[in-house]
Amino acid sequence: MHGFANPKRFLSLVRWLTPTMLASGLVLAAVALAWGLWFVPPDRLMGETVRILFLHVPAAWLGMGGWAAIAVASAAFLVWRHPLAALAARAAAVPGMVFTAVCLATGSIWGRPTWGTWWVWDGRLTSMLVLLFLYFGYLALAQAVAREGGSSRIPAIFGLVGAINIPIINRSVVWWNSLHQPPSITVGKSAIDPQFLAPLLVAVLGFSLVFGGVVLARMRALLGDIQADARLRRKAGEAA
Amino acid sequence: MREALDQWTFVIAAYALGIAATLALVAWAWWDMRRAERRREEARRK
Repeated sequence: MHGFANPKRFLSLVRWLTPTMLASGLVLAAVALAWGLWFVPPDRLMGETVRILFLHVPAAWLGMGGWAAIAVASAAFLVWRHPLAALAARAAAVPGMVFTAVCLATGSIWGRPTWGTWWVWDGRLTSMLVLLFLYFGYLALAQAVAREGGSSRIPAIFGLVGAINIPIINRSVVWWNSLHQPPSITVGKSAIDPQFLAPLLVAVLGFSLVFGGVVLARMRALLGDIQADARLRRKAGEAA
Repeated sequence: MREALDQWTFVIAAYALGIAATLALVAWAWWDMRRAERRREEARRK
């Protein structure tokens, strides 16, 4: 594992892994969405709006997964002080934020015909909105630290502290009265009919691959900029 | 009286938003990665 923390070895691996993950993820996500749109019957209670869940559920999981990745990479950075771990945390922030926003927007669009309202201030929706604001804060902090040359430990600590919100989102439908349904999928169990579950799992796999590919692309972008800056600084120093 | 809502309008809106956001994210991440790697190569050549 530590071997891949070497930027040279990391770049040789991700050079082919990035396009492979992005292309296979986009194909799988397209298959899952087409499956959900045209080949799944309407649900007995939700009707046609059940199709929105093939987008909403992967987006919700990846929104939370993005912050979990930030927390794990931040912990690795704080323990081993490896700069690639700090880059991995920063790289997960934008895709995590986008999927959280997609989750909130598609949930709201689903809620209007199903619950009769675009938004309610219940535990699940509010904690998910808090997650979006945490992403805004993390990105602003990481960008300020990169620009001003501050310690990378500050966003790493923010990433770890913000992870408190993840179990709150997960348990919110159990702890508080909520319009949102309780968990449909738990470890080893599912309350979802197989004809809905199969395209949902393909969608989760496809969007997860897209997420992973975007994280790798962001890491390469951040690493490329850092290496270019370092090289230009060194050359300016030699010329002076 | 309950208003009648066409559920397909909501389905299409959610799909359009989700697909557009995903494609925009992938395109931006790819473009920014290529830009940064080109910049590194240019700095190496200078």
